[in-house]
Amino acid sequence: MIRNLLLASAATLGLATAAAAQDPTEACFVYVGPIGDGGWTYQHHQGALAVKETYGDKVNVRWQESVPEGADSERVITQMALSGCDIIFTTSFGYMDPTNAVAAKFPKVKFEHATGYKREHSNVSSYNSRFYEGRAVVGHIAGRMTKTNKIGYIASFPIPEVIMGINSYYNHAKAVNPDVELVVTWVYTWFDPAKEADAARAMLDQGVDMITAHTDSTAPLAEIAKEGGSAFGFGQASDMSAFATNDDGSMGPRITSIIDDWSPYYVKRVGQLMDGTYEQIDSWGGMPEGEVVIGPMTDAIPADVQAEAQGMIEAITAGEYHPFTGPMFNQAGEQFLADGETIEDGPLLGMNFYVQGITAEIPN
Amino acid sequence: MDLSAIDPALLVAALMVSATPILLAALGEMVVERAGVLNLGVEGMMIIGAVTGFIVGFNTEVPALGFVAAAFASALLALAFGLLTQVLLSNQVATGLGLTLVGLGLSALLGKPYEGMKAPTLSQIDFGPLSDLPFLGPVLFGHDPVVYLSLLLVLVVWYVIKHTRVGLILRAVGENHDAAHALGYKVVRIRLAAIAFGGSLAGLGGAYLSLVRLPQWTEGMTAGAGWIALAIVVFASWRAGRVLIGAYLFGGLTVLQLNLQAAGVTIGVQYLSMAPYLITILVLVLITSGKGRGSHAAPASLGRAFQQSR
Repeated sequence: MIRNLLLASAATLGLATAAAAQDPTEACFVYVGPIGDGGWTYQHHQGALAVKETYGDKVNVRWQESVPEGADSERVITQMALSGCDIIFTTSFGYMDPTNAVAAKFPKVKFEHATGYKREHSNVSSYNSRFYEGRAVVGHIAGRMTKTNKIGYIASFPIPEVIMGINSYYNHAKAVNPDVELVVTWVYTWFDPAKEADAARAMLDQGVDMITAHTDSTAPLAEIAKEGGSAFGFGQASDMSAFATNDDGSMGPRITSIIDDWSPYYVKRVGQLMDGTYEQIDSWGGMPEGEVVIGPMTDAIPADVQAEAQGMIEAITAGEYHPFTGPMFNQAGEQFLADGETIEDGPLLGMNFYVQGITAEIPN
Repeated sequence: MDLSAIDPALLVAALMVSATPILLAALGEMVVERAGVLNLGVEGMMIIGAVTGFIVGFNTEVPALGFVAAAFASALLALAFGLLTQVLLSNQVATGLGLTLVGLGLSALLGKPYEGMKAPTLSQIDFGPLSDLPFLGPVLFGHDPVVYLSLLLVLVVWYVIKHTRVGLILRAVGENHDAAHALGYKVVRIRLAAIAFGGSLAGLGGAYLSLVRLPQWTEGMTAGAGWIALAIVVFASWRAGRVLIGAYLFGGLTVLQLNLQAAGVTIGVQYLSMAPYLITILVLVLITSGKGRGSHAAPASLGRAFQQSR
């Protein structure tokens, strides 16, 4: 039995080195949800497909869906490294420690971890997207369009990534509507359609009429659709254009969307690996790099608001405007950005406080 | 913090809708367990119901047909479990877990072409002016037919198990299958019927998610609802009325904590989301310690294989 196992693993290792020595390059992806979630994982998979499309036969793309964060993911990543992957993209925050642990054992394999900050070995890079740029645009739209002056944010986990999104959303709504009130609900999951819908329902029942979600499914939009046009929401991670119009042809709940486009990054990194220019990096792209895209706006948004939003998109893309520009204050009223000062990436990545005006508290 | 923003009527109405899938699934599982069978495949049967209901509802544009198809499909899947565990005498725990894996995988495959589509949904029953009553209107007269069906089923299951001969036989099989067999009852056949019934209710619960609650098909959309249903059965110490309480408590606490959050309350929210599970553990402790009213509530033959020749 043991001898058989040894033989089997020797064969696997043999295969692995053989595959590494010759083309095609093996690019592997670990997904936290199903590709069919219509949001986060779907977009990562679009990026993977773009890699295949760009490089054709020179690259093999493999993936594993619905890998739970934690110990299971370490097994999956190890298995991928053993089976000849040259570069492994792990696409959820919770894969951070497993990715680094596996990377220590496979120094020749390149590891790329999304949305994390740990790069404990020279073969681990990290990459993320400046989603808060998109939150700024939808926050502006929400602030201009709300009739009840209550806007909502369905939040997943209290991590800096989500908190900076909440701050950006609220700040840009308040800038155009001083009376706006922000309602945050924490669902403590990235993907649970029923719970996401329950969260949207709770907000709608309390008079919230503009909702953005930081979770992965389309369920909040479906719940908003039940309001029959008195409340709106935004596509999250993916365009979610199916909710732009209702079945009867009337205006749907999705008025625009924040799209994560991972294709430019994935194509670039796999290309660098193939032509030998690959280096360890910490990448944080946004609208200028084409990694954060605002989806088509529907006519539910008044023309002047559309024009303002478009102006903001252009300013951010051109690098003229940073959504965290001072003066800005925290909830205690302490100033953390001077007039005209823009935030550094370090403090932004560690953001653990709400800005002034948000009445809720961040759960521990 | 603005608690006045929470409208109790809307809260109760929302929790009834939110709890209906787990209520249906838990009720079915309770009947299965009363017959002495432990089917851990509730999650798998629910999601097969969800995908079948959506596919049929989408293609026929008649949501009611979707529910019927979902009940049949999940009953069929449950019968596969029945065949393996009752006839071929496989281990119930392992087979049940396998059923969940099969259900999740199969539903993902079947549902692929239906992602991102919208199906016609059930509309609320029109009670006329009754729906406009303060409080009672939205709570009692503002729902779709399945919510009422689920409540009716609780009543029927309670009555049948407690007051009819069929219920007595079912309980006999669950408490002591050898004795029931000696009395001439067809243990395997009765258990298969219970398994099919449990499957069809899990299927209805799943279809409620994909046709009413959300309404859409997303892979893995049950997201653990089947496991909550299993917990509710234990919580309810195998009584129909308590299944209702348990389901509304589980669903209610989720809805309540989200509403409290939306109203600006943050402290204690995590504890509130934990509460149903803590209570379930507490109930389990009470049952196994032999104290309290729920003690010895578990059917004595639960999970044990029945072999006629023994």
